[in-house]
Amino acid sequence: MEDVTLVVLILDSTVRLSAPLVLAALAGLFSERSGIIDIGLEGKMLGAAFAAAAAAAQTGSPWAGLAAGIAVSVALALLHGFACITHRGNQVVSGVALNILATGLTAVLGISWYARGGRTPPLGADARFLPITLPGAEAVRDAPVLGALYSELLSGHSFPVYVACLAVPLAAWTLYRTRFGLRLRAVGENPLSVDTAGISVPGLRYRAVICAGILCGVAGTYLSIAQSAGFVREMTAGKGYIALAALIFGKWRPLPATGACLLFGLLDAVAIRLQGTPLPGIGEVPVQFIQALPYVLTVILLAGFIGRAIPPRAIGIPYVKER
Amino acid sequence: MTPAAARELPRWATAGLLPVLNLTAAFVVSGLVVLVIGEDPLKVVRLLVWGAFGFEEAIGYTLYYATSFIFTGLAVAVAFHCGLFNIGGEGQAYIGGLGVALVCLNLDGLPFWLLAPLAIAGGALFGAAWAYVPAYLQAYRGSHVVITTIMFNFIASATMVYLLVNVMIQPGQMQPESRAFSADARMPFMHQALAGIGIDLAASPLNLSFVWALICCLLFWLFIWHTRAGYALRAVGANPTAAIYAGISPARQTMIAMLISGALAGCLGLNELMGVQHRLLLEFTGGYGFVGIAVALMGRGHPLGIVLAAILFGALYQGGAELSFELPRITRDMVVVIQGLIILFAGALEFMFLPLLTRWLIRV
Repeated sequence: MEDVTLVVLILDSTVRLSAPLVLAALAGLFSERSGIIDIGLEGKMLGAAFAAAAAAAQTGSPWAGLAAGIAVSVALALLHGFACITHRGNQVVSGVALNILATGLTAVLGISWYARGGRTPPLGADARFLPITLPGAEAVRDAPVLGALYSELLSGHSFPVYVACLAVPLAAWTLYRTRFGLRLRAVGENPLSVDTAGISVPGLRYRAVICAGILCGVAGTYLSIAQSAGFVREMTAGKGYIALAALIFGKWRPLPATGACLLFGLLDAVAIRLQGTPLPGIGEVPVQFIQALPYVLTVILLAGFIGRAIPPRAIGIPYVKER
Repeated sequence: MTPAAARELPRWATAGLLPVLNLTAAFVVSGLVVLVIGEDPLKVVRLLVWGAFGFEEAIGYTLYYATSFIFTGLAVAVAFHCGLFNIGGEGQAYIGGLGVALVCLNLDGLPFWLLAPLAIAGGALFGAAWAYVPAYLQAYRGSHVVITTIMFNFIASATMVYLLVNVMIQPGQMQPESRAFSADARMPFMHQALAGIGIDLAASPLNLSFVWALICCLLFWLFIWHTRAGYALRAVGANPTAAIYAGISPARQTMIAMLISGALAGCLGLNELMGVQHRLLLEFTGGYGFVGIAVALMGRGHPLGIVLAAILFGALYQGGAELSFELPRITRDMVVVIQGLIILFAGALEFMFLPLLTRWLIRV
């Protein structure tokens, strides 16, 4: 029984830790499948986290926080689009600029507005997204295994986590089953053919980066007003890059990318739980090793040792319409 | 990726006027940010300039920061010349610092004239080694160097935390730091070195690494524009397909460019560890690897430009520190904002003003 509880607890924190990764990886999916490299996931999440915390502190409503988070993230995404789509700038350089800009701006504005060393004011319960108890969770809590699974694992997460759960099938459906998705994938592989069909390449790519902006906005909001009660400097702490790694690990496909996010989230959850406990047969595993594992795994994948990760063909190449 | 319109304009316009316009845009937007937080931008500029150049000690600090940025700027630039974007300067500098520290900790009995080249070699070797895997994967396995170098930054960070916490920590200490380097394994400060020949300077962290940084600039210039190897490297950067027809292997040049890039980034440890901190510690790279991107873009890949851009960023860092004493509401994070804006305007939006400039020049 105790083992079951432990497993459920680890899975539960896996879900919590993976949710922002899933959202950010899906954001990257939309952008990169349309041919726009998105190094700026980290920056968009950070900007959204700050805006959400600031707005929630100001208004006392998590929904206002969510709206502000999405707005800021979309604004950053549009800036990325302006540089990469309209001005055909280097997409990697633009993404790096976005990340650095977000780091600087959130710190500068945070310190000057709140004078708490970059933190936003602590949020009260009604200004945050609190855990939602699904119907019947308390009643079945004592049922063996399934009860624990339902009441701990499925129930008791905050609104953005459920958004992340819904976003996965929705993104897969959009990408593979709608006209927009078909065109989006086409513009990432062969923009010329899309252009020849009379569809605007910049228009499609702008819509893709806006989708990315919205998803990153939810991810950032989750970090600052659901997972914690306020913004802390650099609170994304590389999650955007892990999401990027997961996207590549999932070979730019929604379900495998989500699987990679869950795997990386699980690694994180296990690392937190295992701190200082020796594993049978291996001895004590350094925390840093588990922290580095997502990156190491991605590099090994990229080296071609675990299948082959083939990016969208037109990724990173600005589209120049023939004149 | 120079648009056709840029080739129709005279060189002074594309290489002189356009970058100035981009920089101006970056600084104007920075000024707007200062306005938003309710300070006077002109007062900020005055305080910044005074803090960076107003007194002798300040100039020393400015040049000390500039030294680090020259190393990371050159590192990014050499990869740019080969058409590669090395975001991994941060990780390469971090591991390079390990190389410097290992030399300083283990060979500190040696005389300085022998130890200094060994420390340089240690930093360069470790930095290049950290760039080796991403370079190999880009050259021979076709995985993108941008992604792998990002991953290697994180792996470097985890590795260094592990090493410092578990292996290199001074026994009996809580702080994850190595023991201090002994006195003969430290890079002499500039004020000490120059006092020896009768020149009197105010004490500052500026040390002899600055001289090595300038030598690196000279070597960089000679290599890129005056050797056959440098030509091959630039040929691949300009057009890999044409380079193949000229008998130049892009894969080989990718390896060369990335190894040099890693070696240059690895020299950061000379200035930071051997020069100032005198021990190996966590996070000594402080984001300087990323500043290198802005410096290389602003300096347009030329050593002279890179030195000037590095001094500008050095001034921003030093002036920013002084500024936050005067105006506590503006911290050094403002420099990070400026850095981001410079990368945005001088890098991603490099040609934004081109149509405007063309129209304007044709009319004149």
